Amino acid sequence: MSVCQALLVQVAAIARQRGAAVASITVEIGPLSGVDSAQLLLAFAVMRAGGNCATAVLLIETASVEVRCLSCGADSETLVNRLVCRACGGFRTRVIAGDELRLRRVELEV
Amino acid sequence: MCQTCGCAITPASPHETAAAPGEQRRSVEVFERLLAENDRVAGHNRTHFDQHGVLAINLMSSPGAGKTALLEATIRALKGRYRIAVIEGDLETDNDARRIRAQGVPAVQITTGTACHLDAAAVHRALHDMPLAGLDLLFIENVGNLVCPASFDLGQHLNVTLLSVTEGDDKPAKYPVIFRASDLVVLSKTDLLEVLDDFQPERAAMALRDLGGATPMIHTAVRRTPSIAAWLEWLEAQLCDRWAYRYVPTSR
Repeated sequence: MSVCQALLVQVAAIARQRGAAVASITVEIGPLSGVDSAQLLLAFAVMRAGGNCATAVLLIETASVEVRCLSCGADSETLVNRLVCRACGGFRTRVIAGDELRLRRVELEV
Repeated sequence: MCQTCGCAITPASPHETAAAPGEQRRSVEVFERLLAENDRVAGHNRTHFDQHGVLAINLMSSPGAGKTALLEATIRALKGRYRIAVIEGDLETDNDARRIRAQGVPAVQITTGTACHLDAAAVHRALHDMPLAGLDLLFIENVGNLVCPASFDLGQHLNVTLLSVTEGDDKPAKYPVIFRASDLVVLSKTDLLEVLDDFQPERAAMALRDLGGATPMIHTAVRRTPSIAAWLEWLEAQLCDRWAYRYVPTSR
């Protein structure tokens, strides 16, 4: 709900500046962001009412989780609770995809 | 600079594509973090902490893992040497703040009502009732929850997550977001390990290790056979690191 509220405030400001109603909103939500897409859609369906997002649709893009190994440099696609290098098994890794929590695009009615 | 991850793009400059003739819609590319406003307030809180040389620690866990009990024991051990204060987050009651005040240090209670986590704005409001001048260490005890608190920066310098041995040793695998965001994991209530045969600390450490990085895990107990030496040692090391850092205001 808090995430949805923040999203609606951000989008409403963009739409207000341009004096247009919102047709669609695209967000990127990675599995490691801590936000559940289904719950966000549910909150959005209720909370969009009454503003310039009232008829907007919410599109969610989800990337898979990828880590870069700090030992061998390999990039591997992996699971949220297994953030180790697939190539060498090293556990010192950096998440390079999958933790996104981002407003990507707003489509406005002309 | 990177043009795809958004790090180089300020929210004030969204990229706009005009609608082509006959098209009904135009697209505005944004690239802004969803919790950008929370992040902004968190940054503001952090500046307050830095200006006063206060180390701020966000304490998280599931309900009942022993956050308040650990704080009580910590205050008893350290209050002669450091000036400590606590911000308490709960859905209802000021029971925890009263427990902290009973130890002789200031505590501000935030009651969130229905919200299952603290956010930067709630902490900022609490800071109005919490003089930072003269403090060394501020604990922010988050609402007991292993899910939502992980997504909201409060302006803290460090995240500490408690995992009590009465939970399960696979908790880091079940709640990877919060454990991955932790700078330290405290295995609490370890004095109960002797009567619990299904919790294996090694398995918990392995699940934590699987989240990448090298987050340390230390053991604490505060009731039957108190043992918090490793925790106090870690805290003092963090305070030393903090004091090595000097706040330099940005010139205008």
